[in-house]
Amino acid sequence: MITAIIQPDKLDSVREALIDAGITRITVTRVSGHGRHQQQELYRGQAVVPNLIPKVRLDIACNDEFVKIACDAILRVARHGGGKIGDGKIFIMPLEECVRIRTGETGGTAI
Amino acid sequence: MTNKRAITQALIALAALLALPGWARAADGATAVDTGTTAWMLTSTALVLLMVPGLAIFYGGLVRTKNVIGTMMHSFSAMALVGVLWAVCGYALSFGGNVLGGWFGWNGDYFLLRGIDETIMSSGVPEYVFAMFQGKFAIITPALIAGAFAERVRFSGYCLFIAVWSLLVYSPLCHWVWAEDGFLYQLGAIDFAGGTVVHISAGISGLMAVLYLGGRRGYPATAMQPSNLVLTLLGAGLLWVGWFGFNAGSAVESGLSTARALTVTQIAAAAGALTWILIEGLHHGKATSLGIASGILAGLVVITPAAGVVQPGGAIALGTTASVGCYLAINVKNRLGYDDSLDAFGIHGVAGMLGALLLTFFIRASWVAENGGASWTVMSQLGIQALGVVVTILYAGILTLVLVVAVDKTVGLKLDTASEMAGMDYSLHGEHAYALVNPN
Repeated sequence: MITAIIQPDKLDSVREALIDAGITRITVTRVSGHGRHQQQELYRGQAVVPNLIPKVRLDIACNDEFVKIACDAILRVARHGGGKIGDGKIFIMPLEECVRIRTGETGGTAI
Repeated sequence: MTNKRAITQALIALAALLALPGWARAADGATAVDTGTTAWMLTSTALVLLMVPGLAIFYGGLVRTKNVIGTMMHSFSAMALVGVLWAVCGYALSFGGNVLGGWFGWNGDYFLLRGIDETIMSSGVPEYVFAMFQGKFAIITPALIAGAFAERVRFSGYCLFIAVWSLLVYSPLCHWVWAEDGFLYQLGAIDFAGGTVVHISAGISGLMAVLYLGGRRGYPATAMQPSNLVLTLLGAGLLWVGWFGFNAGSAVESGLSTARALTVTQIAAAAGALTWILIEGLHHGKATSLGIASGILAGLVVITPAAGVVQPGGAIALGTTASVGCYLAINVKNRLGYDDSLDAFGIHGVAGMLGALLLTFFIRASWVAENGGASWTVMSQLGIQALGVVVTILYAGILTLVLVVAVDKTVGLKLDTASEMAGMDYSLHGEHAYALVNPN
């Protein structure tokens, strides 16, 4: 299971890159968060820096052979310029089981 | 001796007149303020202004969440910019006397509205009210254009574009159609509340701008869902109500013609909405809320040039035809592939043209008897209407294309891809419209 937190403006590019690489099953959520990234907003003539910054989270369940492909695709397009603070992170976690609701099948073919 | 007596008599008469209740100091023609008409015109002015935030809400709900503020800013900045420009010189350019061969109007007294501080017009309405009422039309027209190139223009370029457009395109068109010495007015072109001046001009200008600027990144393959159709419906409702000021207010009286305009406005909007529901139900099996909103607008736009001269039967015919025509136009757009994002041309342009031309076949007999003249025929009027439509299309279309290119090459109008991807809200305004979508 790959969890990628990316900048919202890169969502379209990342999805296109993943589809090009053959990964077409994806879940997308809006989240807020921060690492070292700070983003300025304007409010009533003042520049404010909110603590939590909008991000997009992608959850991709895939078989082991696709993990590297997916990560490479994301790394290729989710960077801003040569790479900026706030570009995001990818977490790779073991996926214990996967079940397809429609048929009830399990395992690698159910992904 | 006779001179003195004449003067004394005149003074006594004047004193007697001044003693009458409801008499207001007037600059010319000794016109009294008609309080009923003025009250209605003040209300109409407010109603038409309400249409501009209504349009902002309508468009805002249709664009993606990352562009809502940017889109609404197009309408609000038109209120700010054109609001000032109109008072400074827009009213003068539109309603002054012919200059430059009738291309523009001009009247030094209208500059900064300085000469009309006490003027009451022959309709009994203070000229301030008329000027402000007309100014609302000038404000909403560029805001309509913005619907065509939604989600992909720079704010500074947009502001420059509408400022120049308002002076160079809107004011002449307004002058030709509504000023007493405007050439289309003189020819007898019927445009009660702005079918040509507002809707056709906005529609064709939007189309020209879009043909130059190109589409949104990813159009049409990428789905670009409306952020909030609830807002869009709310906006459509505000526009419908405001349109009573737009059409019925254009009667510049509080009487029979106002009643007629209000009635046909209501009926045409309803007919348009109903027709669109039926078309969608037949075509897709489901009527959509965006469809009913579009049908409402199509009906309102088509009746705009016609509100003074058609009767309810004609209103139903026009509203129905407009929905059919606009629905077809949008399907053609999808096939041709240009990105008129919010259908500025598909609805305002097409319905405006249909209204301006087809009203000819539904004019009430009493209008013909009063205004027709010996040589009037339906065909002769149709010819004049067609002339008005063609003049508007050519003038607005060509000038807008030149203007869009000029603004893009100087200040920059097309938004760069990175900013477009990030969204106008944050890129151009440093704000998030839907901060509630992200927990904070």
